Amino acid sequence: MKMQRLLGLGYLTPYIVGLLVFTAIPFIGSLYLSFTSYDLMSEPRWTGLANYERLFTRDRTFIKSLNVTLLYVFLTVPLKLAFALFIAAILNYKLAFIGLFRTAFYVPSILGGSIAIAVLWRYIFATEGLANMALATIGLSPVDWFGDPTNALFTITLLRCWQFGSAMVIFLAALQSIDKSLYEAAAIDGAGKVRTFFFITLPLLTPVIFFNLIMQMVQAFQEFNGPYIITQGGPLKSTYLLPLYIYDEAFKKFNMGYASSIAWVLFAIITVLTLVAFWSSKKWVFYAGDKRS
Amino acid sequence: MTDLTFNDRQAMRRARLSLISTAIRYILLCVVGFVMLYPLIWLVGASFKTNSEIFAGAGFLPENPTADGYIKGWQTSTPYTFGRFFWNSFLIILPKVIGTAISCTLAAYAFARFDFPLKKILFGSVIAILLLPNVVTRIPQYILFRDLGWLDSFLPLWVPSALAGDAFFVFMLVQFLRSLPTDMEEAARVDGANSLQTLIYIVVPMLAPALISVCLFQFMWTMNDFLGPLIYLSSVDKYPVSLALKLSIDTTEAFEWNRILAMSVLTIAPALIVFFAAQRYFIEGISSGGIKG
Repeated sequence: MKMQRLLGLGYLTPYIVGLLVFTAIPFIGSLYLSFTSYDLMSEPRWTGLANYERLFTRDRTFIKSLNVTLLYVFLTVPLKLAFALFIAAILNYKLAFIGLFRTAFYVPSILGGSIAIAVLWRYIFATEGLANMALATIGLSPVDWFGDPTNALFTITLLRCWQFGSAMVIFLAALQSIDKSLYEAAAIDGAGKVRTFFFITLPLLTPVIFFNLIMQMVQAFQEFNGPYIITQGGPLKSTYLLPLYIYDEAFKKFNMGYASSIAWVLFAIITVLTLVAFWSSKKWVFYAGDKRS
Repeated sequence: MTDLTFNDRQAMRRARLSLISTAIRYILLCVVGFVMLYPLIWLVGASFKTNSEIFAGAGFLPENPTADGYIKGWQTSTPYTFGRFFWNSFLIILPKVIGTAISCTLAAYAFARFDFPLKKILFGSVIAILLLPNVVTRIPQYILFRDLGWLDSFLPLWVPSALAGDAFFVFMLVQFLRSLPTDMEEAARVDGANSLQTLIYIVVPMLAPALISVCLFQFMWTMNDFLGPLIYLSSVDKYPVSLALKLSIDTTEAFEWNRILAMSVLTIAPALIVFFAAQRYFIEGISSGGIKG
């Protein structure tokens, strides 16, 4: 029996080594670095709360970047999830070619993170690009997708929403697993399509909505490739998300201490929002067979 | 019509409504599908256009088809061709995928089949890594790799994954393994097989579908990965395709659009081919575990 216990740990050894060396120690290390000034040339110098003080009182780039990041996340995540759920609900019906549609909608999720797609986005939303040509054919005036600070962030958001496929596949799997007898019961009681959706389908989907919400949020806060390739954070820093700022501080200016403190602020925000989601989930997430709600 | 009963009319009405609903669904799906996929289709067509034609019309078919973009783009403005960059991508991906498959299988085997001290905490750490934003650990990891002398090599891209650092895959395999019956393994043990033999001859074959998903996702993500190579690789001769594409944007974009588009097509081709060849594993992979993307 003792042998068995050691054996389990033996199989886990690579994971444990990786956990300590590449996650746990760097995690503590970055917290420590965030209280220092460190340029990679000389030893880290302890500066206490100076980095954080600078961030919140003197660093206007940071405040701008923080606002842009929050706006981006609160725009992207609900839009993407709503769209994914909408398409999944349409697909969840006795349709021919359902597999074909599912595959087609999933393709952008496979490619979306790549540099090639970010490049494509630049071409599509260029002043003379595909998007404006499409607008012209339906008689609308062209939009300055990247040049105008108010539009640029939205154009990046579109790139993310375009990749709704993976969230959609999860929603669709959940929709298909809902017990059909519930719908029959609702129909007998005279409930219409809309009421059925809001009072039966949606509550039963809350666990996957919750899951998708957390995953998409954690990811959206770390968006890098899109803005880095498409807009380089511009114009007027309107797409300068925090990961870009961290990258510039850490790997262009080698301000490792200061960059770490930005990373920790970002981490704190993600953690707080995740905790709020978990805490609030008791009120709105419904698990089948659960008496609580 | 008058001799139709009330029920008949009800049934006809319902059939008509259902027909309309189906039609609306198809129309919506086709429109959304077209809008989503047209950029990709356009990309392929535009890569065969001349530079002057790219921003001249929204059509797919080039008027004067030319492979110029491919021929000149392949040469790049560096001493290397894109062949070299594809080879580098391959050199990064292959060890990473193999390392991921082995280390994640070992970890999943330990979690799903053994009891050992601190098991709950260690499994909790898998979930924690899953939710932990990479941005927090990236800077100390960079410093660690610098101190080890691993910068500008593929080691920083290989080693963390070879130590089961991609918690999502561990999680996915654990979930899959827990759903499999253990009687085959018990029979093997009765026959005198040790735990390692049981793993190799019984568990791995049963895990195969999930393992294939793991390898495919790791392939896809590594192919698309940009930030990792951007931070760790500095010499052009080690660049994977994602960095090479960014490099060619920086050097030729002002005028040679078709080269960029042609190389974009080539860099997404491997991922697309793999996806279409094995889409079942992707869809099952996400539906069962949920995924980023």
